[in-house]
Amino acid sequence: MQLEKYSDLFINRHLGLDDNDQKNMLQKLGFDTLEHFIQEVIPPDIKTKSKSYSNLPKGCSESKALKDLHTIAKKNQVNRSLIGLGYYGTHTPNVIERNILENPRWYTSYTPYQAEISQGRLEALFNFQTLICELTGFSISNASLLDEGTASAEAMTVAFSARKNKSANIFLVHESVYNHTYNVLLTRARPLGITLKRFNSYNPEFTNSTFGMLIQLPGQNGDLFDPSFLISRAHKFDIFACVSIDPLAQILIKPIAALGADIAIGTMQRFGVPIGFGGPHAAFFACSDKFKRLIPGRIVGESVTKEGGKSLRLALQTREQHIRREKATSNICTAQSLLAIISSFYAVYHGSSGLTKIARRIVIFRRHLELCLKKLGLVVKDAARFDSFDIYTEKSTQIHQAALEAGFNLRILPLGADIENAKGFGISIDEVTDESEIFKILEFIGSVFDKEIDFRKIPIDYFFELEGLPLRDDNFMSQEIFENYRSETELMRYIFHLSEKDFSLVDGMMPLGSCTMKLNSAAELNPISWQEFSLIHPFAPKSQTKGYSQIITDLEKWICEIVGLQAVSFQPNAGSQGEFAGLLAIKSYFISKNDYVRKKCLIPSSAHGTNPASAVMAGFEVVSVSCDEQGNIDFDDLSKKLKEFGSQIAALMLTYPSTHGVFELRIREICELVHNIGGFVYLDGANLNAQVGLCKPGEYGIDVCHLNLHKTFCIPHGGGGPGVGPVAVSETLRPFLPDFSLSNVFINNTSYSVSSAQFGSASILPISWMYIKMSGMQGLKKSSMQAILSANYIAFILKTKFKILYKGQNGFVAHECILDFRDLKQKTGLTVNDIAKRLIDYSFHAPTVSWPVAETIMIEPTESESLREIDRFCDAMLLIADEITEVENGLYPKDNNVIINSPHTIKQLISEEWQNPYTKEKAAYPYNDDKIRKFWSPVSRINNAYGDRNLVCSCSIQEEPVTEEKKCA
Amino acid sequence: MTYKFPDDFLYADTHEYVKRENGLIKLGISEFAVDQLGDIVFVELREKGSTLEKGETFGTIESVKAVEEVYLPFDAEIIERNDNVIDNPEILQNDPIEQGWLLIVKPIKDFSSADLMNSCEYQSKVAPN
Repeated sequence: MQLEKYSDLFINRHLGLDDNDQKNMLQKLGFDTLEHFIQEVIPPDIKTKSKSYSNLPKGCSESKALKDLHTIAKKNQVNRSLIGLGYYGTHTPNVIERNILENPRWYTSYTPYQAEISQGRLEALFNFQTLICELTGFSISNASLLDEGTASAEAMTVAFSARKNKSANIFLVHESVYNHTYNVLLTRARPLGITLKRFNSYNPEFTNSTFGMLIQLPGQNGDLFDPSFLISRAHKFDIFACVSIDPLAQILIKPIAALGADIAIGTMQRFGVPIGFGGPHAAFFACSDKFKRLIPGRIVGESVTKEGGKSLRLALQTREQHIRREKATSNICTAQSLLAIISSFYAVYHGSSGLTKIARRIVIFRRHLELCLKKLGLVVKDAARFDSFDIYTEKSTQIHQAALEAGFNLRILPLGADIENAKGFGISIDEVTDESEIFKILEFIGSVFDKEIDFRKIPIDYFFELEGLPLRDDNFMSQEIFENYRSETELMRYIFHLSEKDFSLVDGMMPLGSCTMKLNSAAELNPISWQEFSLIHPFAPKSQTKGYSQIITDLEKWICEIVGLQAVSFQPNAGSQGEFAGLLAIKSYFISKNDYVRKKCLIPSSAHGTNPASAVMAGFEVVSVSCDEQGNIDFDDLSKKLKEFGSQIAALMLTYPSTHGVFELRIREICELVHNIGGFVYLDGANLNAQVGLCKPGEYGIDVCHLNLHKTFCIPHGGGGPGVGPVAVSETLRPFLPDFSLSNVFINNTSYSVSSAQFGSASILPISWMYIKMSGMQGLKKSSMQAILSANYIAFILKTKFKILYKGQNGFVAHECILDFRDLKQKTGLTVNDIAKRLIDYSFHAPTVSWPVAETIMIEPTESESLREIDRFCDAMLLIADEITEVENGLYPKDNNVIINSPHTIKQLISEEWQNPYTKEKAAYPYNDDKIRKFWSPVSRINNAYGDRNLVCSCSIQEEPVTEEKKCA
Repeated sequence: MTYKFPDDFLYADTHEYVKRENGLIKLGISEFAVDQLGDIVFVELREKGSTLEKGETFGTIESVKAVEEVYLPFDAEIIERNDNVIDNPEILQNDPIEQGWLLIVKPIKDFSSADLMNSCEYQSKVAPN
């Protein structure tokens, strides 16, 4: 350990507490060492017996880890990809890459539930929705979905919920739809009793038992067709038409809504988001007003502030799983906010004229390439196309080899084939293609043929227009937002103007319980911009992706060691998808044993709403298990339910430490009982940050567990996504992890996939790799211990003025604590929401509000916060306690006090009409400490009900006389 | 907050009220339930003319933070639906007892009030003292 003395171990940067802070905090709690303290918190039979985590790294400095990662990155071969299939080359404008993707103001913020301090990214997401509405011609768009495959599945389930004939259960999938999309559809369709049928335009089997269909433009082979006729015929049978459309193609084509579609979905990847081996990217979902209450995912809507000013907030949240639980039609929680924001700014950067240029250039180059290839004697089938074409030739293998030598990857046909047995090749042109690239392509393909053709002499027809479909003739994207930011100076200012409205980790602690807002370090984030990661196509030959393979192998090994399980799939794009995959693994296991009786899934009443929503999606029936007063699973009720349903029980889903932030004592016993009746135990990994290095779920009886890499393993929250939710399983369940196929649709009824790429959001896995590599076993363990210490320190300080709702054995909480405000309203007329808003005046982001218990707040400090910041938070809470007392004692009126009027804005303070019964200093500078940096809320309290009663979720250009200049700038 | 519990109202466990009026039954939800829901933003009710069984849901009420279904306490046919509440959910918010009623129904057979609470019973359940 001599070396350690001279090494700048990263872990010391990750942790907020130094040895001295730790000592002082322990002293307050009555302990001499961290180990003694942890012994009191974690039940002894839960603590791992394994002394060493021999598969975990030792921990190192950031420079050492970056060097090692760079060596691995070099094993990825960066070829120019023309593979397409949903993933295209795109240029991320540097003003966006530098100021958004690489800017912690954008990537460290949370889901914009606290609307007042999220106006910046809400506006960016609102712009995204406006963009999608302008492109598709629909009136409503959501704020993004996880990927194209899951968006297609969501379209199918919305159509299913809205169908007129409730016995209709057939969903038609056009031959144009990618096989990998079909497989995601199939995964979602089976548990709901939906039958999928493939069809082509010539044999639509429209009957009354069909409720919907999906068409893709352009199709898998690049062909385009006008779907209007097909759609109008479908409508006669009350069949909803869902169309997956390429957003760049949609720039040129008449809006798909005008062609009759009911729902449009697609991926915005090629709007400025690098391919990144498959993700993350934002998918979109747009539809007409009639589906408004069925739309999955988040929607940003307009509302008004207290003073009547315009503001934005998340709308119609009652659609979502966290409220509807098992009645929800989707388990989707998160969006792909950061990626949607990048795509929206890509559109702001280019405007309609810029995007039209890009789209037209693609058409022109694609067509020119086709013409030239015909001259070589190659046969290109006649069809309308946008960016892609397929060619079948006996020389395919040689052409692919020539491409590789020239540094290009082409689509190998048939899909899934190797170069050696290729029968054809496909090319997708994208934004990055230029004239010189066209000549390079012609050169290496030409080299395979004997003909001598000087391609440079063949003129490019720059007036060529897209054929085969009605072209767009509207004046689209004419909102100011898409017109005003052509100059980089203006755009840079707009980006910062927005980001400065938002509270992120840059501004202070975000003590959101269950969200684990820990440090997302610069060294962890840096590598995702490396070309070796960002430019790799998910369907590139395996020989070119050895770097990614190594990262995935390393992470699988490490995660298995951390959770005590045996195999991991990285396919799920979010925690909710991890849950869904884990439950399907259990389901597939029973199907493989011909056991169709086990349909029940036990879920404690305290579980997050996503759990029951996922269980229903996976085809289970939810049986609720009650909780006792301590928030633990009610053991008697569990035993009763186990006895009652016995061999019908497939699984118990639980969260550990519990959603109430407590290490339950009887977890081993609970797992044993479930195993005894032949069921599996599923662990929701939301609270893993209290366990890493201390206890292994696999050891105390867990069979499946998903992890939120965006909580425990440092992937930033991105203002509401991306998330990464790998699922880990025991050896028994290994064969039932998600599968992936590019070439085939699944026949086997235990095969399934949950996203459009085999490894989901692979390009952000290096973040978690860096975290584990730099922290090492000791660092990870210390992180968990300090997270628990800080939560208990806060509970200790605050218990003088507040009631701590749940505690475990010996009176300690785990890594988070709940403060009880349930009698507040009766005493003072205030709600817990008022407390959350008042914290903004104290320059804090609110903790989690009213979850898991209504009228409480849940505080999770994480290990990354310093004692200074934790003390500042405790001071704020104690001062608020005094303010509550002042209201209770009648010093200030219940309806006019510093809490209920919060947050206070500068505008209110400089107004001459200040008539509040308290001073401006009390409102805005309650600390009486000038050294504390003040965060100003950009808007005052937002009226939630107004926005839901009057839904406006995109900026439309008003036909009437313009009073408020184009309505929404 | 003090709630009104009119004497001629009967209440279901799930907070629907029942009031006999001109040989028919008026249905709504209690002031207590409205208060618990918070800001009501959306009301959906089954169509006039539909016949529903006891325990079936006759609508959905959404607030900013919650969504609740409302259930029929007996078999009945829907005679009248309060479309004003659908168009303007604030009416339900502000006056669930008078203006904010939901349905007028005709019971299919004589219903027994045995499953329902009278005002006193309901009051002591939801707002003791």
